[in-house]
Amino acid sequence: MATKKVTPTDEFVKGLWRDNPVFVQVLGMCPALAVSNTAMNALAMGLATTFVLLMSGLSVSLLRNFIPREARIVSFICIIATFVTSVDYLIMAISLELHRALGAFIALIVVNCLILGRAEAFASKNNPGRALLDGLGMGVGFTLALLFIGVVREILGSGSIFGFAVLPDTFQTWTVMVLPSGGFFAMALWLLIVNRLKQREVEAARQAQGVVS
Amino acid sequence: MNDASHWSIFLNAALVNNFVLAYFLGICPFFGVSSKLETAVRMGGAVSFVMLVASVCAFAINLLLDLVNAPYLRIISYIMVISSTVQLVEMLMKKLSPATFRAMGIYLPLITTNCAILGLALFQTNRGYGFTQAVMYSLGAGAGFALALVLMAGVRETLELNAVPDLVKGTAAALVVAGILSMGFMGFAGLGR
Repeated sequence: MATKKVTPTDEFVKGLWRDNPVFVQVLGMCPALAVSNTAMNALAMGLATTFVLLMSGLSVSLLRNFIPREARIVSFICIIATFVTSVDYLIMAISLELHRALGAFIALIVVNCLILGRAEAFASKNNPGRALLDGLGMGVGFTLALLFIGVVREILGSGSIFGFAVLPDTFQTWTVMVLPSGGFFAMALWLLIVNRLKQREVEAARQAQGVVS
Repeated sequence: MNDASHWSIFLNAALVNNFVLAYFLGICPFFGVSSKLETAVRMGGAVSFVMLVASVCAFAINLLLDLVNAPYLRIISYIMVISSTVQLVEMLMKKLSPATFRAMGIYLPLITTNCAILGLALFQTNRGYGFTQAVMYSLGAGAGFALALVLMAGVRETLELNAVPDLVKGTAAALVVAGILSMGFMGFAGLGR
């Protein structure tokens, strides 16, 4: 690699904050908004996506020298679709109820731009170990982001977390948060917070530089 | 088999359960291409066309898969068909209207990873729509997608000219606008069925 050496831990950590797939790269928005109406759904979706990210990253990385450049996107999609099908059947075997709640969105992991994006931008250029770490980091970052959105929507929309009531009965639930528009609003809220934190980081860095020079 | 009438399927897909604003399908191009009204119209047209073709293909494939009893191949074969259709549309556009082709840029190949299209194929299979019903469903979904995209582009063009705080600029502002639009579409609930 021409740029400065990246440690394995970095590959993992970057997905959590600096390059968080949802809040910073704004990838994989469809599932992030669609199934984040309760914390449980968000967690399940995040784990399923992480699994697909890991497995497809590993396979793409192992096969990277055998796949011709012209046919790479099609091959990646084939690999991803295979793992998505297995996750689909896996979730159906574990809990039918969960499978029904997530609906077609499990199958739609195939078209999650995040997964294809990582396969193309990272796994096809790096060794399997790094691809795994990158997939794990991105997956955990994605799951966390989904959980953040899901928790806000569930608390405000139904007054509970993971199905346990946390707010008193007198709390007037905000039905709008469970409806589709609540997804947009909760996501906008988190984006504002992340933007503010990033802004502060930049300001602090600039100030530190000013002191030095 | 599903016995919903054709018009109610169309209205349902276009307004009540709008793909973008109620199902969150196709959010990426929705935010990516909605900054200019003109590209939004073209993108809406392209997506609608791909939806129609994909829907017909998915119907045929589903019959075939049922015949050989291999439902586990559904996801993989749908996505293959969709990516070939997109390739076809790309070549057609390049030949017939090079100007439009250039204007669409990267977003044309990206229709492949547009979840609205795979979603459409999966939903029509899950609901067991017949052939004409599936066609109506895809037309409605396409119209709904184009409508949402054009509405969003109109709002965002106006937003460009107004003073928006730096913090909210970009995706966050677009999300809030989409949330309000989505709330507006809630008003259609009860129409159709």
